[in-house]
Amino acid sequence: MTDLANQKINPVITKKKNNRLKGPQSLSPAAYYSLIIFLTLLSLACVVPLLLVIMTSLTDEASLTVYGYQFIPQKFSLYAYNYLLNDFDKIARGYGISIFVTIVGTVSSLLLTSLFAYPVSRSDFPYRNLFAFIVFFTMLFNGGLVPWYLIYVNAGLKDTIFALILPSLIIPFNLIIMRTFFANTIPPALVESAKIDGASEWRIYAQIIMPLSLPVLATVGLFQMLIYWNDWYTSLIFISSENLVNVQYLLYRVINNINYLTSGFANQQAIDGALKTLPAQTVRMAMAVVGIGPIIIVYPFISKYFVKGLTVGSVKG
Amino acid sequence: MHIRNVIKFRVLFLMMLPTLAIVIFNNYLPMFGVVLAFKNFTFSDGIWGSAWAGLNNFKYLFQTDIAWLATKNTISYNSIFIILNNVFAVGLAILLNEIRNGRLKSVFQSTILFPYFLSYVAVSYVLYAFLGESGFINMTVLKGLGIDAVSWYSAADKWHFILPLVNTWKNVGYFAVVYLAAIVSIDPEYYEAAVIDGASKWKQIMHITVPMMFPIIVIMTLLQVSRIFNADFGLFYQAPLNSGALQNATEVMDTFVYRNFLLNGDVGMSSAAGLYQAVVGFVLVLVANTVVRRINKENALF
Repeated sequence: MTDLANQKINPVITKKKNNRLKGPQSLSPAAYYSLIIFLTLLSLACVVPLLLVIMTSLTDEASLTVYGYQFIPQKFSLYAYNYLLNDFDKIARGYGISIFVTIVGTVSSLLLTSLFAYPVSRSDFPYRNLFAFIVFFTMLFNGGLVPWYLIYVNAGLKDTIFALILPSLIIPFNLIIMRTFFANTIPPALVESAKIDGASEWRIYAQIIMPLSLPVLATVGLFQMLIYWNDWYTSLIFISSENLVNVQYLLYRVINNINYLTSGFANQQAIDGALKTLPAQTVRMAMAVVGIGPIIIVYPFISKYFVKGLTVGSVKG
Repeated sequence: MHIRNVIKFRVLFLMMLPTLAIVIFNNYLPMFGVVLAFKNFTFSDGIWGSAWAGLNNFKYLFQTDIAWLATKNTISYNSIFIILNNVFAVGLAILLNEIRNGRLKSVFQSTILFPYFLSYVAVSYVLYAFLGESGFINMTVLKGLGIDAVSWYSAADKWHFILPLVNTWKNVGYFAVVYLAAIVSIDPEYYEAAVIDGASKWKQIMHITVPMMFPIIVIMTLLQVSRIFNADFGLFYQAPLNSGALQNATEVMDTFVYRNFLLNGDVGMSSAAGLYQAVVGFVLVLVANTVVRRINKENALF
């Protein structure tokens, strides 16, 4: 009863705490709808360009030469995808490499990052700042590409699957996110009491810290998956064997071939020779669809978590 | 390090060991490897055994025009990117915050964030579909307007605009999401008080939203400024399809080092360029951080 009275007298006090403002200060309907239209156009600008690639891959090659790349195919054809079946082995292998590196890389990365973040988050560990700094410093200064490359080559990592996994294992920024999470959300008293009960450090890490840290593990895991899945640079530098070409690098090689032919560096003989074996325009775009497809399919399901993860990461450690 | 502490915390040390080993191998060994910049490297003698060259590599580096071109491009592009990313992202976040329907809001957020998930190889395909010889722009847009086709991959001056456009398209969603999170965490009581005082929407944004977002804007900008001498290799190398005709517009420090080292095999000059990049980058981080510390200690990185 009194609640009702209160509401009548003082709407501000009992107003539900939320960030949406109602009442006289909100936008006029006209402004609100133009805002929605504007944001819709902006959103479309972020996804529609991909539609051009998809539509081109479904176009008949001959009509493409006449009308160019179009959003609505003049003549529909599945030729490009049929053609790609010739390269099925290559594509399947590329997927195999990409999936393997992504899974192994992400899991190892989570394990190693958390195993380091836990000690440096412990307030009773006297060297926590020193060790955190050792990793943090690598964000400020690096030796550059040349010594890094030569050290990898010297270690015999050139043209191995490890060369694809190792470089992204420890991302300092992810370590900071994890450390902040451990330090802020896991009560030190919990660790203390577990110790008194005689739990070993390993046990505390595995049975207390890890289960309580699922949100941050999911966030960092997503970031790592994205890094591994999208990585083509490491392949470009280290990989020359056909067996280790992942999806992204396969795409890289397909498109950079054409450029080699059109940039004027190649001589006419090379062009004539290559053009015979070069996949047609539509096939290239079909290749892109095959390569980007998984991201398009998975994205609607994981984008939510990614948005959440970014907001966790934006808190300063 | 007290031996007593080492024994007491031996398990924690053990936990950190594998990660430490990787960081030493992947980050610290290359740091010592910067001595290469002062050596005449030969593969037979290796990094540590090669003969000293003094400052010859640097002399040679700064005599080339391309080194200066790469320096200028790296810093000017990144400065433009920082301004565009932050201005658009803050504006976008404020607009997104006005959407009252929660579902719609998250659909917008997810869609605008989508390009961030694409690798630059994927982006280069999308760009090629638009800009290629028979791409959408040439064959549909320009044709429709009665304008002659442009060969985009050899028109360097056009890329001064294309590159910022691509970078904004790809990254603005990321910053917008981070900034929107900052807006959402502002206490609604400020707005309620402003409404009672009769502040307009515009006034609320200018006097509450933006000032409350300021710390996160400073941190995000600082993070970007600290990397102002590190170009995004994918954007400058792969998006223009490594086209030699575009060098004036697309050569940055990272592409310069890559090309000289892995394509031309010039270890001396490229390692000198790498060290020059690392040192300038390091100085820039320290300067940016010091400036922020002076203004407000809270917002500094360290």
